[in-house]
Amino acid sequence: MACFLVPMGEAIVTTIVQKVVVEKKEKKAGGEKTNNTGVTWSRRLGWLNKLLWGGVILLALEHIWHGEVVPWPPFLTAMENPADVAPMLHEMMTIGIAMAIFVTIVWAIIVLVVELKTRAAPEVKVNPVGGGK
Amino acid sequence: MWLIMTALAAVITTAIWYVKAPEDKYKLGLLSWLFWGATLMWLVDHVMAYLTEGGEFLEINLDATLLGLSVIMVALLAWVIVLLISDPKGVIKKVPKS
Repeated sequence: MACFLVPMGEAIVTTIVQKVVVEKKEKKAGGEKTNNTGVTWSRRLGWLNKLLWGGVILLALEHIWHGEVVPWPPFLTAMENPADVAPMLHEMMTIGIAMAIFVTIVWAIIVLVVELKTRAAPEVKVNPVGGGK
Repeated sequence: MWLIMTALAAVITTAIWYVKAPEDKYKLGLLSWLFWGATLMWLVDHVMAYLTEGGEFLEINLDATLLGLSVIMVALLAWVIVLLISDPKGVIKKVPKS
């Protein structure tokens, strides 16, 4: 019905956090990398944003396809009938939250794997004359 | 059906991205993230619907297939728009203003 609105809310928050807070902080610090892994928090949050926005856009299309979302107010067909509002909210609280949590867990695992892989990789020693070895 | 088609698109784009990685001039990484995001969300949707309502896990019919194709089309469209706006080859900048 409107389950995708929950990940959309998360995507809005994480996008604002990435653009307003993290990127500013990293610019101030001069593009400082996190934990010597070479991957900044801005980039990590970018992955989460892409996952969330990708899911939200394509799920919105599915909801339009099934007639659950319309281009005129109140936009959600469930809102037109008071009897449908409670099931819609229930779906958002169950499926919507589960979607947001699952995507965030998968993202956290990806970040963790990248972190471990980059830490395990041998450090490249740069020779100022001959280059990296 | 759209879950399978989106998952397939995610796997294919990730494989193509990996072949070219770490270079990502044409933003295939973005396309992969878009497909994976939708795949994960639909997986949760399908699993929860199956557990609570029962019935078939996957809807396999013409309508579901057309939806799957539309989903792939919209994701590709979003990717092409981002690609043309960022213009990594500088093609649009080189268009003569005659």
